[in-house]
Amino acid sequence: MSKTDQERVNFDSAVTRLSDRIFFGSATGAAMLAFSIVGLILVFLGLRAWPTLQAEGLSFITGSTWDSTVGTFQIMPMLVGSVVVAAIGILIATPLSIFAAFFIAFVAPPRLAKISTLVVDLLAALPSILIGFWGASVFTPAGASWAELLNGKLGFIPLFQNSTGTFTRSPFIGGWILGIMMVPIITSVSREVMSRVDKELINAGHALGGTTFTTLRRVILPTSRGGILGGILLALGRGIGETIAILYVLNLVFNVNVLRPLENRGGSVASMIAAFIGEADDATIHALMAAGLVLFVMTLLVNVIATSIVQRSERKMAS
Amino acid sequence: MTIMENAGPLDQTAFGNQSPTYFGDKRIHLESRDINVWFGNHHVLNGISLAFPENSVTALIGPSGCGKSSFIRTLNRMHELIPNAGLTGEVLYNSQDIYASGTDPVTIRLGIGMVFQKPNPFPTMTIRGNVLSGLRLSNTRSRNEDELVETSLTRASIWNEVKDRLDAPAGSLSGGQQQRLCIARALALSPEVLLMDEPCSALDPGSTRRIEETIRELSESMTVVIVTHNMQQAQRISDQTAFFLAEDNEPGYVVEFGQTDALFSTPNDPRTEDYVNGRFG
Repeated sequence: MSKTDQERVNFDSAVTRLSDRIFFGSATGAAMLAFSIVGLILVFLGLRAWPTLQAEGLSFITGSTWDSTVGTFQIMPMLVGSVVVAAIGILIATPLSIFAAFFIAFVAPPRLAKISTLVVDLLAALPSILIGFWGASVFTPAGASWAELLNGKLGFIPLFQNSTGTFTRSPFIGGWILGIMMVPIITSVSREVMSRVDKELINAGHALGGTTFTTLRRVILPTSRGGILGGILLALGRGIGETIAILYVLNLVFNVNVLRPLENRGGSVASMIAAFIGEADDATIHALMAAGLVLFVMTLLVNVIATSIVQRSERKMAS
Repeated sequence: MTIMENAGPLDQTAFGNQSPTYFGDKRIHLESRDINVWFGNHHVLNGISLAFPENSVTALIGPSGCGKSSFIRTLNRMHELIPNAGLTGEVLYNSQDIYASGTDPVTIRLGIGMVFQKPNPFPTMTIRGNVLSGLRLSNTRSRNEDELVETSLTRASIWNEVKDRLDAPAGSLSGGQQQRLCIARALALSPEVLLMDEPCSALDPGSTRRIEETIRELSESMTVVIVTHNMQQAQRISDQTAFFLAEDNEPGYVVEFGQTDALFSTPNDPRTEDYVNGRFG
């Protein structure tokens, strides 16, 4: 044994005081509890979902028939519907949020910036049932008239066609509602990463003849791209999981037409579970649990990817 | 007596004991008249009147915190980008006040380029992309971008080092190379004046020497104003020198402005003499 080995201090011995040990113990316990809750939910969902998953196999997520009378449960239209509505939400929320973040981080005087941040954060705190109410009673007529306008002007493009004769309760309207709920998430992440862009780079942009807009486009956005993308994915996770607000403004049907978002035919896994669970028999409950499991895995994946992108971009900017 | 107590930039005091004709046939390219600068209520510069003759290097020297960097930023309207910044006075560029109402700061910055203290190439762009970034930012076009990249990098004396890796990220260059890339980036817009705010303070002696050589070469065809902490550097590269000073909690002012040789060898003001001889600062 070398001399240095003998003299090496055992740092573990620093954690011998009782108060420290209690503190470390409870902190570790709390972290473990969080992990185990997630794990237990997964196990619970898996067990309850098993009968359906076993019966349907892969066709549970690839098929389009949902008929509790014959016991066939397939959720593809709802899955696709979730993604479509969330994607429309992202399309609406992203540009809005980036401009809002830019305004707060660079344009607004400090006081106004503080107030704007507060207002945007307040939007995130609004219960989604309120947004759903508002969406159904106030926004839907306005959104429907925008959809009608789009259909009138751009109806020659298949994407904007509508053969159902009504413009309410469509993925387009659901997308707007989700977009509104996504704005605070994308804005706050974007504001954070944009305000970390090296001021010297922004100065360089101006010194090279950049206007406010070209500096945003050529310097600030490319530099904070990773973080903003992460924020968008976080919002996507939130959007896919949204239940109540969507239930109020979207017509859930199993013959979704993905390419006609102005028609009143949409889908959402989360809202479907909420809509069906009240009068579900045993077999349907299993199927809804399976749908929940799929939803859980989907949002988990999106969130993990989002978090890792945000963290990677933060590390990159710190170096 | 300091320059701020005098009216015009071209009077005797502004140029030591020399008459304004000391510029010979060199036209005054850029000129500040009675510039005062505030940050909020904090008065940081008082009555700065200086003239920068065409195709020459003017060094701004003085201890930290005397307002040299704040002053150089007033010369291309970068100052106003700082929140709460205030300014009075005029800056004449080709005899036109750049602060006159209706003047577009973007146009001014295209004519008066700037290189910063810390090398700040755009990290998301390639070397080539950095050189062309000014075109993209200002929405201007070049007939031959490849040629512009080569001439700009050549003028900044970095072409030979990077010509085989123009598509490499700018971050892959050393600090000195990055700063020369920043000079090339500014030159690509063909400015008439180049402002440099302590461009060598973050660099090693070898890189510093190369940039000093570049500055001397550039001054044959353009007007250079450089802030420097380094008095030897001011002596090596500048034709004129202005000595800035600020007493505690007082705004900065110009103690003395004159030809570099004269200012360092036979300063008029005892404070200049103390500073250039290293007795303070």
